[in-house]
Amino acid sequence: MVAPTVGPVYGEKPSSVVDFSYVGIDAILEQMRRKAMKQGFELNIMVVGQSGLGKSTLMNTLFKSKVSRKYVQATAQEKIPKTIEIKSISHDIEEKGVRMKLTVIDTPGFGDQINNENCWQPIMRFINDQYEAYLQEEININRKKRIPDSRVHCCIYFIPPTGHCLRPLDVEFMRRLSKVVNIVPVIAKADTLTLEERDFFKQKIREDLRANGIDVYPQKEFDEDQEDRMINEKIREMIPFAVVGSDQEYQVNGRRLLGRKTKWGTIEVENIAHCEFAYLRDLLIRTHMQNIKDITSTIHYEMYRVRRLNENNTGAVHTNGLSDHSAHEM
Amino acid sequence: MEEYPVPPSAVEESNHEFHSSSDERDSCFIPPNNHQTDDLQYLQHSSHSDDSEVENIMHEPLHQQQHPLQVPEFPELGRHMGGGECPLSPSLLRPPVAGSAQSDSSSEAAGSRCRSVEFDLPSPLSPSRPKSPWGLFDPYENSEDQDKEYVGFATLPNQVHRKSVKKGFDFTLMVAGESGLGKSTLVNSLFLTDLYKDRKLLNAEERITQTVEITKHTVDIEEKGVKLKLTIVDTPGFGDAVNNTECWKSVADYIDQQFEQYFRDESGLNRKNIQDNRVHCCLYFISPFGHGLRPLDVEFMKALHEKVNIVPVLAKADTLTPSEVRKKKIKIREEIEQYGIKIYQFPDCDSDEDEDFKQQDLELKESIPFAVIGSNTVVEAKGKRVRGRLYPWGIVEVENSAHCDFVKLRNMLVRTHMQDLKDVTRETHYENYRAQCIQSMTRRVVKERNRNKLTRESGTDFPIPAVSGVADSDTEKLIREKDEELRRMQEMLQKIQDQMHTQNY
Repeated sequence: MVAPTVGPVYGEKPSSVVDFSYVGIDAILEQMRRKAMKQGFELNIMVVGQSGLGKSTLMNTLFKSKVSRKYVQATAQEKIPKTIEIKSISHDIEEKGVRMKLTVIDTPGFGDQINNENCWQPIMRFINDQYEAYLQEEININRKKRIPDSRVHCCIYFIPPTGHCLRPLDVEFMRRLSKVVNIVPVIAKADTLTLEERDFFKQKIREDLRANGIDVYPQKEFDEDQEDRMINEKIREMIPFAVVGSDQEYQVNGRRLLGRKTKWGTIEVENIAHCEFAYLRDLLIRTHMQNIKDITSTIHYEMYRVRRLNENNTGAVHTNGLSDHSAHEM
Repeated sequence: MEEYPVPPSAVEESNHEFHSSSDERDSCFIPPNNHQTDDLQYLQHSSHSDDSEVENIMHEPLHQQQHPLQVPEFPELGRHMGGGECPLSPSLLRPPVAGSAQSDSSSEAAGSRCRSVEFDLPSPLSPSRPKSPWGLFDPYENSEDQDKEYVGFATLPNQVHRKSVKKGFDFTLMVAGESGLGKSTLVNSLFLTDLYKDRKLLNAEERITQTVEITKHTVDIEEKGVKLKLTIVDTPGFGDAVNNTECWKSVADYIDQQFEQYFRDESGLNRKNIQDNRVHCCLYFISPFGHGLRPLDVEFMKALHEKVNIVPVLAKADTLTPSEVRKKKIKIREEIEQYGIKIYQFPDCDSDEDEDFKQQDLELKESIPFAVIGSNTVVEAKGKRVRGRLYPWGIVEVENSAHCDFVKLRNMLVRTHMQDLKDVTRETHYENYRAQCIQSMTRRVVKERNRNKLTRESGTDFPIPAVSGVADSDTEKLIREKDEELRRMQEMLQKIQDQMHTQNY
């Protein structure tokens, strides 16, 4: 049915020209939008990388406000913790009527020890704990209307700008975590690389990722249709993004811009000729945010759930043939 | 936007040139400009296919009046526009854009601050204006905000919207009421379809032996790119028999079955494509010939009000004068309250909605039950073509809200409250069903376990909850039934596991 005219959404007045073929089901989108605006959104981002790579600064730059833990928790000194800690800070931000509860999960201590074996374990445990919490809520008898979503939607992994290739720690971490969470690798502090070095480095990283079978976001297998694939192919040709973060503004040509001022020039964070921060921001926030959340909930979380349910089923089985947990989980 | 005579492929520009480029730029904001030049380069390089597509996209924003940042459709190749945090003032941006987009002659290289392999990520700030029904809403359109900087997540609703449009929506509507109240005609009028093309109306003798059946018709409707899979559940035979005791039972069972099916799917292992067949709304047709609600009406609604959203409808309202309609409505509302029937309640307005909306909402609440007239035929009178019924004394116009509440019902059902109906079904009715189901299942399993423990450990002092007071034969029967059920549950679980295994390989 093709509607020749656009009907008003609510409260149609009797008109002399009756539109014979317009039912108005497209108004459901408006209803959904209203509902979404009322409810608000949630986003949980985890940042992982060695200390000093600019993780907190990048978060602040992304969300244009001081969301990282450094500003929220008064740290007396910047000491490298002995073990990896997981610190999560939540903020409620609003823009143009859209409210979002943003949680930044920081992992100080990652990769900073002398022996970094298994440093990914606390992180994996944390991610799985969030899935578990969500699962428990879901199988509860009296469920909440809207289960609070603390699952990690996206993990930004910071690669130090060595210019050569991925380090073994990077490979190990990403290999394990790409199976449970969406990983977005970025080249941190990219202002130490010239453009050719950057290209070369990126290429090497992509090769390394391919060689190790690491599937970072956007994953090839989750492309839904042709147009998604086209868009995502382009993104895949550009990852990892080379970013520079800054939360200080400088005057450049009459405008105040975020940047880093050095003696040889000012690096503008949002200038895509300087660094790829704008692309990262567009990907994460403006275009693919919903997709990231969907992949987390429909793929990663479902995999976790299936695994858990299977564990339960093959676990304790009574002699009456009925497994212990099937009553609880159903 | 400045044009630089440097060839696009020159990557190794000195920092000095970078500087001069940024210094000489006017107060246009940087990112959008960059994006635009990227696109221009993209055009000129033609390294990828679909150049013409990109060109069209570049041109489109120019033709639209106030919004140079608009993007026609979200997922186009190389489409960009307005990726920057703040919208540009139209006056400043349009001429340069016009200049560069249209002059794609290779002699004029665009500002070459970008590398040759660069292109743009699509970054929609606004949905397509003329096409999408959200055309009224563009988060970053307001030009007074051009100096502020935005993070950009107000596009989230648009992203969600895009996904839903791709997936399409579904809605299940049940119509219930005696035969001859105009249910089929109303459904056809509501959705402008002809669902009942090959219907065979039974005569009186055939109807004597008929039981209430449940029939389902599904139709796919698409409007403006939005797809709706509409399922109409009909209850022919309801209230037709001589003895109508419990004739709503099959209806209640059907609704429960849908809940159960959804519950199984949701608890299963593969949740990718769950079909939602739950009944979202039930239109109950009240006959206009009585004095308010009849006993059958009351019983039906009471049996179903906790399972489905009931919207009462006063059928064939063209047999009533306006004052009769008013009186009947008041009477029916009173009786509904008197009998404690919980019909679907419209959600209250937020305090920040505009007056218009609140007024309409109030009118809606006071129109229950909706006095409707259905018609799918178009009649002509006084030069006007209207959908209506032609009588010797005049024409009843279905879509005239002075004549009947059809428009109100349709707006409520389709245009404003469809989402809410689905939400209430999902959050209230389904959750109630699920909680009951789980509780009864756990109770059964506990009993079963206790019974097993009893047979195995007959020597021990074991508290036997329910078994003692019941006669033996009854207990045996109960136990056998429960055994069957448990076996079925086990089989189902096994089936789901097998399914999962086969899907893994």
